[in-house]
Amino acid sequence: MSVLVLMEPGDASRQMLTLARKFGEPLHAVHMNAVEPFAPDAVAAILQRAADELQASAVLAAGTERGNEVMARLAARSGLPFAANCVAVTPVQPVTVTRLRWGGSLLEDAILHTRRSLITVAPHTVPVEAGPEPTDVDVKRFTSGLDERDLLVRVSGHVAPSNGGVSLTTAKVIVSGGRGVGSKEGFAIIEELAGLLGAAVGCSRAVTSAGWRPHSDQVGQTGTKVAPEVYIACGISGATQHMAGLKGAKRILAINSDPQAPLMLNADYTVSGDLKEIVPAISAEIRKQR
Amino acid sequence: MLTEDARAIDTRHLGFTMSPHEECGVEEAVRLIEANKGDSVVITLGPTEAVEQLRDAMALGIDRAIHLQTDGQEWDGEATASALLDAIRSDEAANGPFDIIFFGNESADSGGFQVGIRVAQALGRPCVTGLKKVTLDGSSVRCEQEVEGGRDVYVVPTPAVLTVKEGLNLPRYPSVPGKMRARNKPVAVSTPPRPAPHLELVSLAVPAGQGRRAESLGSGAAAAPAVVEMLRKAGVL
Repeated sequence: MSVLVLMEPGDASRQMLTLARKFGEPLHAVHMNAVEPFAPDAVAAILQRAADELQASAVLAAGTERGNEVMARLAARSGLPFAANCVAVTPVQPVTVTRLRWGGSLLEDAILHTRRSLITVAPHTVPVEAGPEPTDVDVKRFTSGLDERDLLVRVSGHVAPSNGGVSLTTAKVIVSGGRGVGSKEGFAIIEELAGLLGAAVGCSRAVTSAGWRPHSDQVGQTGTKVAPEVYIACGISGATQHMAGLKGAKRILAINSDPQAPLMLNADYTVSGDLKEIVPAISAEIRKQR
Repeated sequence: MLTEDARAIDTRHLGFTMSPHEECGVEEAVRLIEANKGDSVVITLGPTEAVEQLRDAMALGIDRAIHLQTDGQEWDGEATASALLDAIRSDEAANGPFDIIFFGNESADSGGFQVGIRVAQALGRPCVTGLKKVTLDGSSVRCEQEVEGGRDVYVVPTPAVLTVKEGLNLPRYPSVPGKMRARNKPVAVSTPPRPAPHLELVSLAVPAGQGRRAESLGSGAAAAPAVVEMLRKAGVL
């Protein structure tokens, strides 16, 4: 009996180890870069062979894009269920999990009926804890015997990001606009304030659907999930889909003419009134104090 | 609001819409057919009301629909994939293979990240996930997947299964003639049996709030100094 983990660089995999250790020891690791350039079916094939050889009772990965993708491929080729984005596990049979639904707006308790639990752990939901470290699986004998079909889907090139601005995922401050901004041109005052703060410009789904901003600016469940020090939401009502992208924000400032807007009720700071007056006034105040 | 048994969202007073990822998948299919000719089919597994979303897809230009009707109970990812697979296989046996099958990268509600991948595996077709750009080039398809620091490119032969994300395109609004035509387009209905789930939903809960308590910094332009003070305290100015 053992536990297999799929490791990637970064905190998400460290957080995953906290839940993996609940399944017991020893822990064995396969790394996401076992096949380079990346080929998701090949990584899944290696995991499957390693899990069989180790008689692993559970295979876990971080709930990153690649973590979820490779684990779903492992589940598909093994004919096993797969629970994505878990935040808690009870590892006695039958295994139960708590997992995120609706981008984290709902929690689901579920039973995993299986001989081998396949689980990803939702990033930023479980603390990193000290404990036994996994031992690397020697994957050479698996990589040499890979089936050609498992190398059909493989990264063959890379396109650099198109916008040269501040990235939403790493920005310390985000100035974001919603339907209340009114038009594509209305974003000039949002961009001005963002420029003064060295901030990224974000927006809600209403804005991208209207064609005012590119989808790469969209914050939310189907856009980018963000974690800035300060998130300034201008004229954004705060639909569930938008709030799902804001869970990592340290401080939220909402500017809205409707004091009952969900974002005004779920913010840390609010300013009520017309954003077309308030946003330029904040920019002017910053300039004045410089 | 959850239902009394806490196993579903109470939808009695809600409307339904197609999820953002799937809407982009439908739009991409319509564009590919406009550019290359052929025909397109939309498929879903869901309750009676889901026919509305199938009509919406046909209003955008999809030619016909397959509705795998459920009684509203939860289906897990394996069961959903298996029912879709059966329907796709029998449709292909009658009408020839699909060059591309689009799925949303993950469902907005259950977020399982697996149905498209399972169908692709069973069909023995390549599957590329999380796509923000798709370019058909003869018998292969070039795919761009968003990753940290840009996009990874994959090129796979068709037939292929592609899972897509919002931002792939900007879906059109349905036209009035489009909606009229959609009313007369065919919807094939069947009711597959629901297998016992292997990932079995027990209950749903609303997570505890993050405990944010809004502090008012004032109203109108007069609030600007208080905002700047807050930004300074937060260490971002």
